[in-house]
Parts: sequence; structure tokens; C-alpha cells
Amino acid sequence: MIKLIRSLGRWGLGTFERLGRGHLFLMHILAGIPGLFLRFSLVIHQVYSVGVLSLLIILISGLFVGMVLGLQGYNTLVDFGAEESLGVLVSLSLVRELGPVVSALLFAGRAGSALTAEIGLMKSTEQLSGMEMMAVDPIRRVIAPRFMAGLISMPLLAAIFSAVGIIGAFLVGHGLLGVDDGAFWSQMQAKTDFYDDIMNGVIKSVVFGFVVTWIALFEGHDATPTSEGVGRATTRTVVHSAFAILGLDFVLTALMFGDE
Amino acid sequence: MPLIKIRDLHFYRGNRAIFEGVNIDIERGKVTAIMGPSGTGKTTLLKLIGGQLRPDKGTIEVDGQNVHKLSRSDLYELRKRMGMLFQSGALLTDLTVYDNVAFPLREHTDLPESMIRDLVLMKLQAVGLRNARNLQPSELSGGMARRVALARAVALEPMMIMYDEPFTGQDPISMGTLVNLIHRMNDAMGLTSIVVSHDVAETAEIADYIYLLSGGKIIEHGSPVQLRRSGSQWVQQFMQGLPDGPVPFHYAGPEFKEDLLKPEEYA
Amino acid sequence: MMQNKSTEIIVGMFVAVGIAALFMLAMKVSNLGDFTDEAGYQVTAEFENIGGLKVRAPVTMAGVRVGRVASINLDPMTYNAEVTINMYSQFDNIPYDTSASIYTAGLLGEQYIGLVAGAEEEFLQDGDVIDLTQPALVLEQVIGQFLYSKAEGDE
Repeated sequence: MIKLIRSLGRWGLGTFERLGRGHLFLMHILAGIPGLFLRFSLVIHQVYSVGVLSLLIILISGLFVGMVLGLQGYNTLVDFGAEESLGVLVSLSLVRELGPVVSALLFAGRAGSALTAEIGLMKSTEQLSGMEMMAVDPIRRVIAPRFMAGLISMPLLAAIFSAVGIIGAFLVGHGLLGVDDGAFWSQMQAKTDFYDDIMNGVIKSVVFGFVVTWIALFEGHDATPTSEGVGRATTRTVVHSAFAILGLDFVLTALMFGDE
Repeated sequence: MPLIKIRDLHFYRGNRAIFEGVNIDIERGKVTAIMGPSGTGKTTLLKLIGGQLRPDKGTIEVDGQNVHKLSRSDLYELRKRMGMLFQSGALLTDLTVYDNVAFPLREHTDLPESMIRDLVLMKLQAVGLRNARNLQPSELSGGMARRVALARAVALEPMMIMYDEPFTGQDPISMGTLVNLIHRMNDAMGLTSIVVSHDVAETAEIADYIYLLSGGKIIEHGSPVQLRRSGSQWVQQFMQGLPDGPVPFHYAGPEFKEDLLKPEEYA
Repeated sequence: MMQNKSTEIIVGMFVAVGIAALFMLAMKVSNLGDFTDEAGYQVTAEFENIGGLKVRAPVTMAGVRVGRVASINLDPMTYNAEVTINMYSQFDNIPYDTSASIYTAGLLGEQYIGLVAGAEEEFLQDGDVIDLTQPALVLEQVIGQFLYSKAEGDE
């Protein structure tokens, strides 16, 4: 019994220690961000590997999610004779929820795991240490640009996801199922609010981008510098990111749409 | 005055003592070797000198400055004058050989690109890899990677270089190349070199002075010739690579005979 | 350096596509496209009951959208709902004695304000009050009235 409590205590202490290190790490990154504006090409290169390389998966997933929403939504709405509302259904579910959340989950799987593996590998091959000995702060030179790139890429990817999804739903709804295109767009426009729906979706995706990139970079930087340790850190990135995204999504949704 | 002065150094990892009261002087312009069996914390010592780790007790002075009392920016200034060659080379994998050598120059100077090019080619020429400048680090052999890392370490014209196990895992030819390079760099550039290694023959060939480290303490120090003549059995075993001696071949425990007479362990 | 340039071009394209997607969401998907509220003028109307009317609900005249609901308050003196309407500036010739009613779009749809033009020569100005209003139909009241009159008729 005592043993159980002790191991629980040890786990708790370990978790808090990691949390503390994670926050110090974040502070260090944030301190490095102003310097990035002098060397923005570093960030641009990272936007390429973080954002552009995630584009394909986002485009394809967005299209299919939108098409499925179109089919499912139509089948439900047609029972009420309200198939003209398909546009609203699709746009609100994509812009408010699916766009930010699904693209953040995909981002964690594609870019987050790659970031952790890359940083972990740089650590295990002494590249970070080597940089430190060359009097270059690896957090400012390597980590901060990647963080910034994640912050920039995530909202763009979420917006692309939502836009492609709406187009996919329109293709299915109008092209396949024959929903009137005027009704589709006009109802959507009437019911989707720029501030309440679209901006809140964008805010969500910025928060998710922040958290996922932070987790990915911290796990990489904190990984045990062996191939096994890096592998484990990569898994942790994906799992912890998913938890963080879904948990934060609930909190943000409650804050944004709770009082309506 | 020596370039590096280590006094009464204590360092613990958890409860395990890595160093207990180590004193080392490293003379300017000389090649000093720090040798000892695997796991005696030779790499840790280099990290302590570079300020990446903090000692639990004792001081390390580099060029008259106490490394662990310096502010962050002063430490970084000092590190610009220290080169370090990691065991793996620690080349940045997303940059070419050329960009790797140019990296410290681009980070720390505002030199125009044409001048950086001249400097990089000069350093690469010195290690014989000028024509490999467009290769990626993954295309290099281990020995070549270390030579590139050496060119990068001297790019900022440091006052000293620390070599972490430079000979480990090298074939005889690249080993010879590295021995030759370390020697030449030291003489031509007026560098101070610290070589951490357990390859006795190669190290003894280039070292002016050797410290033998074991169990957290300095066992013996002196020139290679002095060490070969040392009366200590341990030193003799290490220098000649004998399988048995003060460091026993067998892991400590009961005698073989006793174990054979105890069949109940299998029951 | 060549590789550098192409990376930058691709990243530039990526950012452009992302911003275009945001722009599409803003203009095509949301109601930001008809965002002319700020330029218009404000009038208020008092209703006995507004039912389920919401801020930003459309205000129409003969089915054409002429403004939006800007805010809804409770008048502390009369206990009526005080609705502020943002009128689009191009509709600046709406008669002073126009009446306002709250309707429902379809059976289950959103509620909106419908204006019916009066006959005055004078036009509504910023800060004016619409006096003639008709409250929202609350379904329970309608059914209640219907049953009541039915019961009366039977007797």
C-alpha cells in the first residue's frame, strides 16, 4: 500500500518536474522570438518543412471530411425537408470544430512527430551540444524558428482544411445530390458569422498550433538521446498533442460558444 | 601560466562520483592528453571545461577566467575561443560540408560572403576536403566527418581545441590522417590541444603530456616517456594493454572453484 | 542558393493559399461580405415582446435586407424591449411613419424584423424611433387564444 502511494508520489513529482522544465523551455523560446525577425529566412525554411509538407495530407483529408459531411448531412436533413441547410451544417461544423481540431491532429501526426524526431536526433548526434560549444544558442537558432513556423502554419492549414472541406461538401451536395447551389451558399452566408464562427475557429487553430509545436519541440529536446528514447518521445508527442488538442478544444468551445 | 587550471574538481552524477579532487594544468601551445578506461568521465571533463556542466566543487579556470562564474554572454564569448571536436563530429545534418564550416563564421561575424568563402575553402584545404564541400554530412565517412568538424572547430581561429575520442572507430589510414592533422594544427596555428582518448599508441605519439584518470582521480601524469617508465602496475597495464593486472580480467566475486561446488543454484 | 530561392517561393505560395482560404471563408462562407453596417445610421424601435430575436438578425423591407439588429436592451421604464437597428446607408429615404414587426422565416427559422413603409414625406434619420411596432408571435399565446376563442364559439 505504502509502495503504491510512494510510486504515485514519485510519478506526480516527475510530472511536475517535467511541466516545470517545459515551461522554462517555453520561456526560453519566447525570449528567442524577437531575434528571429532579423533573420526571418530561418523561419521561412521551417515553414516549408512544417507547413508546406503537411499541405497534402490536409488537402486530401479536408476534401474527404467535407464530402462525408455533405453525404451524411444531406441524408439527415432530407428527412426534415431541410436539405437547403446543408451549407450551414457543413460550414459551421467545419469552421468551428472539424477544421481546427482535425487539422491540428493531422498536424501533430505529420509535423509534430517529425519535429520531435528531428530535434531528438540532433540531440543524440550531439548537434545541439556542438552548437552550444560553438557559442550558438540552439534554442534560439534551432528551436525558436521551428516554433514560430508552427505558429504561422497551423492557422493557415486549418483555414485551408475548412475551405477545401466546404468545397468538397458543395461538390457532393450540389453535384451529386442536387441541392440548389444558391440556397447552399446563401443559407451558409446568412448563418455563419465572421467573428463568432470564423475568427473563433482561427483562434482555436492558433492555440492548437502553439501547444502542438511546444509539445513536439519539448519532447524532442527532452528526449533520452538514444534511438529508443527518440522513438518514445515521438510517440509521446502524438499522444500528448491529441490529449491537449481535445481537452483545450472543450475549454475553448465552452468559453467561445458557451453563452449563446 | 597554464591555459587551463583545474583545482580540486568534484562532480557527481546522482550518487556516483565521477571526479573526486582532480587537479589538472594544461600548458599553452602543447598537446595534453587525458587518458583512462571507458566510463571514467573523460567526456564529462570536456563538458565541464566548456561550461556545459557545473562542478559540485572546485574551480576550472580557462585563460584566467573561472568558467562557472561567468555570465551567460561572457561564457559564450569564451566559447568562441574554444573549439571542440565531438566524437561523432556533430555536423549539422541539414547543411552541406561547406555550410557547416561556414556556420560559426555566419553566426558570429558580419563578414561578406566572398570572404567567408575564402576562409571556408582555406580551412577545408587544410583538412584535405576542399573538393568535398558540396557533399551532405550523410555522404561522408566517419573519418571525413571528423575532419570537417575539425575544419569547423578552427574556423573562428580559437586558442584551443578539445578532441573527444578522435581516434575511436577509425581505420588505420584515417587514424593516421587524424593524428597527423591534430599535430599539424597544433604547431601551425599555435593552438593548445586537449585530447581525450583511450587509444594509447596514437595518443602517446602526439601528446606532450599525459594525465591518466581512473576512479575519479588522477593516477599518474607525465610525458609519454615518463609514463612508460612508471613503476605503477596499473599504469603499466593500461599503457601496454595487458588483459590482467591490477584491473582484473574477472568481474569481482567468489572464486570459480567455489561456484562449481555449489550445484544447488540450479535446483 | 538556388534551393534557397525555390523554398522561399514555395513557402510564399503556401502562405498565399492559406490566406486565400481564410479570405474565402470570410467572404464566401460568412456574412462578412455584406458588411456595410458601420456606414449606415441607427434607429430604435420598442417592442412589447421580441420572442427569439437575436442581435445581428436581418431587418428587411419587402423582403430586401435593409439593415441589421445592432443591440437589444430592456427599457427600464416601460419594460419593453428596445431594439437598435443599423440601417444601411443607401436606404436613406424610408418614411418616418414606417412600422416594424417581428416575423419568423419559415416554420422553425430565425426571427427577423420586417419594415412596412408609411406615407410621410419626412425620412427616418439617425437616432429616430419607430413608433409603430408589432410584437413577435409567441406560439403558446397563439394556440392559447385559438383554444379560447374556439371554446367561446362552442357555447
